[in-house]
Amino acid sequence: MNNQNPINQYFNRLSRKKGTASLLSSLTAIGIGLVIGLIILLITNPEEAIAGFFTMLSGGFNDGTRSFGNVFYIATPIIMTGLAVGFAFKTGLFNIGASGQFIVGAYVAVLIGVKLPMLGGFQWVVGIIGAMIAGAIWGAIPGLLKAFLNVHEVIASIMMNYIGMFMVNYLIKQTVLNVYTNRSLPVAATANIPKMGLTTIFPGSSINGGLLIAILFVILMYIILEKTTFGYELKACGHNRFAAKYAGINETRSIVLSMAIAGMLAGVGGALFYLSGAGVYIEVVDVLAAQGFTGISVSLLGMSNPIGILFSGIFIAWLQIGGFYMQRYSFVPEFIQIITAIIIYCSAASLLIRNYLELKQLKKDEKLSNVINSDTADIVNSKNEGGKN
Amino acid sequence: MDYIIEMLNIRKEFPGIIANDDITLQIKKTEIHALLGENGAGKSTLMSVLFGLYKPESGTIKLRGKEISITDPKKASNLGIGMVHQHFKLVEDFTVLENITLGAETVKNGFLKMDQAKKKVMDLSNRYKLYIDPDAKVSSITVGMQQRVEILKMLYRDNEILIFDEPTAVLTPQEIDELMNIMKELSKEGKSLIFITHKLEEIKKVADRVTVLRRGKGIGTYNVKDVTKEFLSEMMVGRKVQFTVDKKDIPPKETIFEVKNLSMKTKGTTRNALNNISFKVRKNEIVCIAGIDGNGQSELVYALTGLKHFDEGHILVNGEDWTKKSIRYRNSHGMSHIPEDRHKYGLVLEYSMAYNLILQSYFTERFQKNSFLKRKNIIPYADSLISKFDIRSGQGAQTVARSMSGGNQQKVILAREIDKNPSIMIAVQPARGLDVGATEFIHKQLVAQRDAGKGVLLISLELEEVMNLSDRILVIYEGELVGELDPKKVTIQELGLYMAGAKRDEVKA
Repeated sequence: MNNQNPINQYFNRLSRKKGTASLLSSLTAIGIGLVIGLIILLITNPEEAIAGFFTMLSGGFNDGTRSFGNVFYIATPIIMTGLAVGFAFKTGLFNIGASGQFIVGAYVAVLIGVKLPMLGGFQWVVGIIGAMIAGAIWGAIPGLLKAFLNVHEVIASIMMNYIGMFMVNYLIKQTVLNVYTNRSLPVAATANIPKMGLTTIFPGSSINGGLLIAILFVILMYIILEKTTFGYELKACGHNRFAAKYAGINETRSIVLSMAIAGMLAGVGGALFYLSGAGVYIEVVDVLAAQGFTGISVSLLGMSNPIGILFSGIFIAWLQIGGFYMQRYSFVPEFIQIITAIIIYCSAASLLIRNYLELKQLKKDEKLSNVINSDTADIVNSKNEGGKN
Repeated sequence: MDYIIEMLNIRKEFPGIIANDDITLQIKKTEIHALLGENGAGKSTLMSVLFGLYKPESGTIKLRGKEISITDPKKASNLGIGMVHQHFKLVEDFTVLENITLGAETVKNGFLKMDQAKKKVMDLSNRYKLYIDPDAKVSSITVGMQQRVEILKMLYRDNEILIFDEPTAVLTPQEIDELMNIMKELSKEGKSLIFITHKLEEIKKVADRVTVLRRGKGIGTYNVKDVTKEFLSEMMVGRKVQFTVDKKDIPPKETIFEVKNLSMKTKGTTRNALNNISFKVRKNEIVCIAGIDGNGQSELVYALTGLKHFDEGHILVNGEDWTKKSIRYRNSHGMSHIPEDRHKYGLVLEYSMAYNLILQSYFTERFQKNSFLKRKNIIPYADSLISKFDIRSGQGAQTVARSMSGGNQQKVILAREIDKNPSIMIAVQPARGLDVGATEFIHKQLVAQRDAGKGVLLISLELEEVMNLSDRILVIYEGELVGELDPKKVTIQELGLYMAGAKRDEVKA
């Protein structure tokens, strides 16, 4: 090896570490995403672009403790949906159904919040538990379909999103409708999650104990995935289901449980959002819950790692708050979705680059014979395969 | 004597490794020149340089004495260099003729003119005695014929220098003989051949000269008739190699593993993947299932290890009926399985070596408490296996399996499976893709298992492995056992006839 330079060696070693590589590629993606975002801002409105851009970056700093606290308030539900997507992804499943699981959990939490004030101080706890169960059921259904009927979880969970949304709309009309506003009734005061002292740190914001509950779940998921035999099994299935089967791991059980846990996490997200006491109600409209899809972005940016998801959730919330204040200039807050989308594209691309580098590293040691395979038959064959699918 | 192609002082580096260190390869016109070396010796890199896939750091290539630069495979092809790849590059849904002409079609006004092409192909076929059926679909012809199609592809393009990359790996002994004759015929007709291989027998049989590579260095070029097999192997490996594993004569004891009338249906067809298979494995015995790839070996292994359900029959281990037992029960009650595809089944490549070593035992008391993994037991356990089996890696027990070499990955599996202290060990192609040193190690370990009173069931496509290791050979052909042979009495030729389905006996368990 001719790489004598100690600095090079250091960076080589550093970049070989998986965690560092993930962090680096996420940060690169964010950087590129922001630059492209700035360019779009410049194209659409050159005069106000720079000011708007820095407003967006300032995020939680725009309005003192109020906006800062609201970053965490916005982050709470999307950390949960991010976990829902990321946990499933770690076990080899792509859970697109966080939106449906979120809204089903939200409904059950609101239902308990409105109808069961006799629970007193436990009402919010019961509400969250109810949301956990509802979300788990909603997640388990695509899991069961996948495990027993081999229905792809992406298809099933997308469908469950719509079923969940329309069902919740119907059930709200039947049970907890506020006929004047066409949304759910306000929950009892005891159903709101306690502030747990957070409003004293961030006065004026909607921050509440939900954040701490979300962090608790982040830690819990980290422990399950990294420290337990259950996580070992789930990840083995996710990485290589053939080897998992060879090892005698019950793949069917893993798929169902993984989806149920993912659904539960999204369901909790629904409860944390609608029991936040911030004056939000479930609207009876035919729109899928946005938090579910933001969760996909959060998870991708956090590399499906629970700790990463915590930070990427806060980051995206930060941008969303920034986007809110961008309205001071003639920008719409939806602009943040464009930026987020670009960042996700870039992180997917940087993941590709990382994988490519790893592969190159590996190829070196292995037999190179397969490299010589670039002739016409290959191309035609791959075309054929593409055609069959 | 003038050389048709010369590669002089070729040097090719990859980060961290010198794949070709000052290698010189000179091919005379009309000779068959063998390129001998272990996996990773640099044969493929050298050929990739010749094919224009890699640009060497230094060195020159000369064609008929004139210096040339080959920048891409297309240019190589235009210069008359052709290659038969180890894994054929054929379009399954096309006919033989279409495959041969693919990329070099005769066209008139944008329409294919297949008549001319067919005439040329049939002429070549007759001239070089390469029998083919031009209108058959490639998916329906034998492996031997597919190889002839590949050779015709080169001839059709009027290539003068023909590279054969490990061409015998997929052939039966009879087909190998046929290929050897074809190669001689080609050289007689004026073609120059480069024959990449690590099989010494074949070099002795067909090659005129041989260039040996070891760890990226050219060791030397020899006239084949002047050197012995032993000499060549020593040059290739760098030390003396035992060709046959020392095996004590131990009479087999009681039956440990028994398969009775096992059948497995194939979905959608009437033909069974496995048909009425019965055999026994006894203590202190290596039973080998020999056969050409795709004759039901994989299905048999899946059935025995519980990875796939079968329709009829029974499996008994130590007299206990295991037919309906789960994979985990089999894993943890005395069955070891070295899978054919170590990346697909044997390892979770993203996991560390330590995690892979506990793949079938992570749930035992030793490695978990209240379903929390006990790292303080897992790591020392992994370390102990690493030193016992001499597994080499960058970061010890924490090394991610993906980053390890093939030989060491196989050692991880072997360590795990042997440490289970099994009654019956099922080893499928255990030395596949490994170099001579690693193969020797794996073989010794299998014999040690046999000597220690285990039953070993070896499923192999490599005839040398079959002949060297087994105490008894069962031949599988189209999902049936067609012969039970004694390796001490049977010849490779006779074994080949069984494998090709030309000969069969009644096999009783």
